[in-house]
Order: sequence, then C-alpha cells, then structure tokens
Amino acid sequence: MSEVDHGRRKFLWESAALAGIALAPGITLYDLAHGRRPEAAASGKVRWGLLVDMNRCQPACDACVRACDTENGLSGGKTVTDSQWIRKIDLTDPRGSVRSLPMMCQHCADPPCVDVCPTGASFKRADGIVLVDRHICIGCRYCMMACPYGARSFVFEPVANQKPEVPRGKGCVESCTLCVHRIDRDRIPACVEACAATGHAALLFGDLNDPQSEISKRIAAVATTQVRADLRLDTAVRYQGL
Amino acid sequence: MAGVPGGACTRRTALFAAALVIALAAAVGAQAAPGAPTRVPLPSIEAGAGERCVEDTAFMRRNHMELLRHQRDVTVHEGIRTTRHSLANCVTCHAGRKTGRVTGERGFCQGCHSYAGIALDCFECHADKPAPPMAEVTR
Repeated sequence: MSEVDHGRRKFLWESAALAGIALAPGITLYDLAHGRRPEAAASGKVRWGLLVDMNRCQPACDACVRACDTENGLSGGKTVTDSQWIRKIDLTDPRGSVRSLPMMCQHCADPPCVDVCPTGASFKRADGIVLVDRHICIGCRYCMMACPYGARSFVFEPVANQKPEVPRGKGCVESCTLCVHRIDRDRIPACVEACAATGHAALLFGDLNDPQSEISKRIAAVATTQVRADLRLDTAVRYQGL
Repeated sequence: MAGVPGGACTRRTALFAAALVIALAAAVGAQAAPGAPTRVPLPSIEAGAGERCVEDTAFMRRNHMELLRHQRDVTVHEGIRTTRHSLANCVTCHAGRKTGRVTGERGFCQGCHSYAGIALDCFECHADKPAPPMAEVTR
C-alpha cells in the first residue's frame, strides 16, 4: 500500500461534497455529500429509500429487471425456481388502462423477515438496508413465508461464475440488496441507473432521513403510498401514483 | 587395561564424526537441489500474479482464516469495504497465472486445502477468479 496523501484526499472529498451541493435540485439522483470512506461503517443517520413514480414507469419496459440481473449475476429467470430480486407487475384497470410498477424488497423499518429468522442471518443494516448474511443462513425459508411482498428467493441449484461483488450460492435465501456494494462506493442502485438511462426516470434513490434530499422533498410534496401500509412496516420503497 | 576404554572411546568418537559428516553432506545435498523429491509430499501450487502478500507468509499460513472471517463480518454487517484483507483481494493476487483461478488441483487455495484435508467452502458462493478489468469500480 502506498502512503496516503491526506491533503489531496481531503481536497477530493471536499470537492465531491461541494459538487453534490452545487447541482441544481432535480438533477441530482442521489446525494454525494453522504460519501463515506471504505473504512467507515454504514451510518444509522442515513436511511436509504426508493421512490417509484408510476406515472413515468412504462408497462412495456423492463430495464430495471435486466439491469438487476446483469449487476448481480442472476439468470434472468431461465427456470421457474431461478431467483428474482425485482419484477415488473402490471395492474389492469377494469376499464382497460394498464399501470406498471417494479416490486422488490421494500426494505422495511420493521422487517418481518428479520423477526422470524432463527439464526440472525436476516438482518437490517444501520442505514436501513435489509440483507441476508449467507454465512449464517441455513436455508430454512421462514423469511420467505413472512415477507408480505414475496420479495425473497431461494437458491435451489449450484451457482457458477458469480460476480466478485455479489457472492451467492445454493442453499441460501436472497433478495434485493439495494445494490449495497454500489451504495458503499457512493454509487446508485443498478435499477435506478438503468431507469434513468431509458429516459423514464421513474426511480429516485436517496436518503429518507435527510429532509434536504430530493427523495424527501418529493415525498413531502406529493402523495406517496407504501404497499400494504396496513401492516405498518414503514417501507423504504414508496410508490407515487399507485 | 588402561588402553582398552580409551580405544573404545576413540572408536565411538570416530563413528560419531563419520555419522556427522554423512548427515551434513546429506543436508548440503538436499539444499543444493531444492526441486528434489522429499520424503514428505508437498502441495504443488501454481504461481499467482502477486509479488508480496499483505502480511508475512508464516502469519498468513496460520491466520488467514481469522482475517477473512473478521473481514466478512464487518463487510456484510457494517458495509466496511477495505480491500487489504478482503477475499477479493486475495483472489486477485493469488489466481494462477495460467488458469486465472484460485481453485483447481493446483489452485492457490484449493491445492493447499486438499493437501491439508480442510473443506474449502468459500468458492461455493464467492468468485474464484478476479473481476475482469471492465468491472473495475468507477467512482
């Protein structure tokens, strides 16, 4: 390891923070000011969330699903038992109109999957991301039963050619990680990036705890819905126009 | 009478000296030919790309599993992604120059684990080859 130039590093961090502030509202997809060093632990001051704008989400588009498959090394559903971390759902009105929404782990503040896990493998990280520690998971699948969103998958078959950033294998339960390996490096989830690339920009990622973040401002300004809000799980994924 | 014990002693000393000379010659011979077969079979490991490990070799032989276990917990639960003791960093350096992997008969990890008779579970989930350069994280 070469010697770290602290002066230069400080300058880079300050510039990055300044860039995050300097961009006009509506242009930032996330807040650079949350940047965290690799040796710093995830902070409980942050709660990562997603806002899905259903008025922008297109029924024919599955860019988010494909991006998720590519990023995390998923098969894309070649067999019925293959893992699915995010899926598109079409809602058909009796009068004929079709609305579409992506459904994935809702990253609940009070996750039922964590409540039922007998080993502690299912856990919520300090910044609100709900994950499975595969080193501890015994594959009992209680969490799959407990999840009201059907968000989790079980890996039935041996896996080969995994992504170095996304280890996964037979015998464990898995679900959307909100691309935690990207978030830890100040990048946005792959689905959000892909959605923006299509021009639909139906997904907005940000810190729900920061009142100045774009996602918090949108949630304060427009009516948003939590799916199965009656369960009072306080989901981090919100839907606009549901 | 006086000469008998002294003669035996001299003979014993001569035998010991001869044995020592033979042993030394054998040791020098063994050192002179490092590739020569030894009585104990050793694992044959394919050379990796890295030049120097992040810690001393002797320390790593005994403690690499503890470093990896600690790193895995802080990475999964706290999101700490330092690379020094990460499995991905190990794989990047130790992947075989020809095979590009740490598994396989002569792979750096599997070769030694097979030799020692220790189960190697890491690569049922983790990638056993480095990330392609294209996947290099861009900030």
